[in-house]
Amino acid sequence: MKSSLMRISNITLVGLRAIARNKMRSFLTALGIIIGVGCVIAVVAIGNGATKSVENTINSLGTNYIMVFPGAVTSSGARMFSGNSTLTADDADAIKAECPAVSYVAPTVRANAQIVAGELNWGTSIQGVSVDYPLIRSWNVADGTFFTDQDVKSASKVCVLGETVAQNLFPDGQAVGQIVRIKNVPFKVEGVLEKKGGNMMGQDQDDTVIAPYTTVMKRLSGKTKIDMLQVSAASAGQVQEAQSQIDAVLRQRHRIAPNGDADFQMRSQEEIAQAQTQQTGILRMLLLVIAAISLLVGGIGIMNIMLVSVTERTREIGIRMAIGAKGRHVLLQFLFEAVTLAIVGGALGIAFGVGASLAVKRFLQWPIVVTPTSVALSFGVAAFVGIFFGYYPARKAAKLDPIDALRYE
Amino acid sequence: MTKKVIEIHGLTKIYTMGEVEVRALAGVDLLVDEGEFLAVMGPSGSGKSTLMNILGCLDRPTAGTYHLDGVDVSTLNRDERAVIRNAKIGFVFQSFNLLSRTSAAENVELPLIYGDLGWSREKRRKAAMDALARVGLQGRENSHSSQLSGGQQQRVAIARALVTDPAMLLADEPTGNLDSRTSEEIMGIFQSLNDSGKTVVLITHEPDIAQHARRIVTVRDGLIQHDDKVEQLRAGTHGIAPAVPPIAPEANP
Repeated sequence: MKSSLMRISNITLVGLRAIARNKMRSFLTALGIIIGVGCVIAVVAIGNGATKSVENTINSLGTNYIMVFPGAVTSSGARMFSGNSTLTADDADAIKAECPAVSYVAPTVRANAQIVAGELNWGTSIQGVSVDYPLIRSWNVADGTFFTDQDVKSASKVCVLGETVAQNLFPDGQAVGQIVRIKNVPFKVEGVLEKKGGNMMGQDQDDTVIAPYTTVMKRLSGKTKIDMLQVSAASAGQVQEAQSQIDAVLRQRHRIAPNGDADFQMRSQEEIAQAQTQQTGILRMLLLVIAAISLLVGGIGIMNIMLVSVTERTREIGIRMAIGAKGRHVLLQFLFEAVTLAIVGGALGIAFGVGASLAVKRFLQWPIVVTPTSVALSFGVAAFVGIFFGYYPARKAAKLDPIDALRYE
Repeated sequence: MTKKVIEIHGLTKIYTMGEVEVRALAGVDLLVDEGEFLAVMGPSGSGKSTLMNILGCLDRPTAGTYHLDGVDVSTLNRDERAVIRNAKIGFVFQSFNLLSRTSAAENVELPLIYGDLGWSREKRRKAAMDALARVGLQGRENSHSSQLSGGQQQRVAIARALVTDPAMLLADEPTGNLDSRTSEEIMGIFQSLNDSGKTVVLITHEPDIAQHARRIVTVRDGLIQHDDKVEQLRAGTHGIAPAVPPIAPEANP
């Protein structure tokens, strides 16, 4: 037992010396694995990050969130998206009044505009909503107050700023009570929302201005219909119920038969999240396949260079055999060399992959999650690649005839 | 009665090349005592290299027996022959055959690593140092092959052959790549090793190199043609070998 341990440590020594003698070749051999493992780590990190941010968004929006969009209309038998929305503010009122499973409804209109405050200006998106909006999104004002129902009814020129907008227009922090101009219309700043951060697409949710939808429609966009409805079901368990109640109310109001094609569509937060997860999942699979292929190519690279190395070192093998190396010693030496290169390459690849992930996180602001599982897994795969692709060249070396090998020039 | 290091009877080696059988050795008998200095001579194609490969346990005879240091090695398999080569034979080659980009000490240490003796690193290192000192290379332990002259490289190779204290040194044209002055130095090392009791078998085709041995065996057409003591050759009692001036007075006749 002691002697076999001794032998292993001796072979390791021999293998390590052989690697150290050929540093450049060793590095090039390992390069394929470095890149392969690096790719796997980075891809998994990015994929996990995407999944994680989807989960975060679900949690931040709450599971009882439903969106209602205008849909296609049927006109004289032809079915198409009309240029105009099919939803109105009255639909919102009706839903809130007639659907018991719905607790809040916010009609929503969107516009983009440059906002001016004194000498500063900032381009952002403006959302026209009702007072239900902060309740649906569980998004409170950090400073000042939200606008009132009275402001919505009278289309007052008031607004609430997202944190990013507030910082850009009022760097000194005194936003509440100030006047900002949107398309030359003066709006009074009633409040500033608390910081919300990025959503699952990586967009900054705080880069927004919230105003009464009536004001946005009348003063800014000139639209008469609304872009979408944001709805909150009474509880997470009532989302399905709420959706069917909304469906019934809207069909009745839009005069569509229960089996006819609806001119609106609904998405619950869960459905959106699922679609998103599916998308990131497909992307992740695709990238993983590419990474796996690059790992395979790295392995073939190891095999290739080890084969060349066996040929190039035929004489060395002959010398080793002449002075007493058994076939097994030579096999283990070359196998050890391949596995060491693969493992060292794997370790460098992990460093490279983690580094690349952190760089992506820092410079592209993508959410990144490096998991220990992916690190351990790619390390194991690298070692396996070393054994798998190292075995054939090692066996070839071990089977050389010492007389021929010694004569090899 | 002295111990036999090499005991060969009816050694035959037949190579089959396609349908043609080549009889490289045709029944060689050879006895070598411990402490002898034997030179094997012969022109190319004589079977000299085949004999050397079998003597070195690199190859197996087709027929006949070969006992090396009392062990029957003619029937051993690859791995068993590797063990015998490691323990009982010290090879010295024409082209030195050191590992490149490896220090002298590491080269010398290599047979001890494969020998699986259970030695510690320090012990191996010390044995390598001692062997290098015996060939006059103390202080060059850390030099790589590329930093050593041909003669020095061959000394490293001799140290590597010595380090396991083998039953015989087997030198295949050890001076073939060296100039005549360095050749003399290297042959001097073999002679002094032989003086201290080491059995040396030298394969060469150069008569003046063979003169450093005490006994010369000439192989031709797969058979031993002559087997003479060098003293007799010098005394002119044998007419075959070319007349070579005596190199040095023999210490013990």
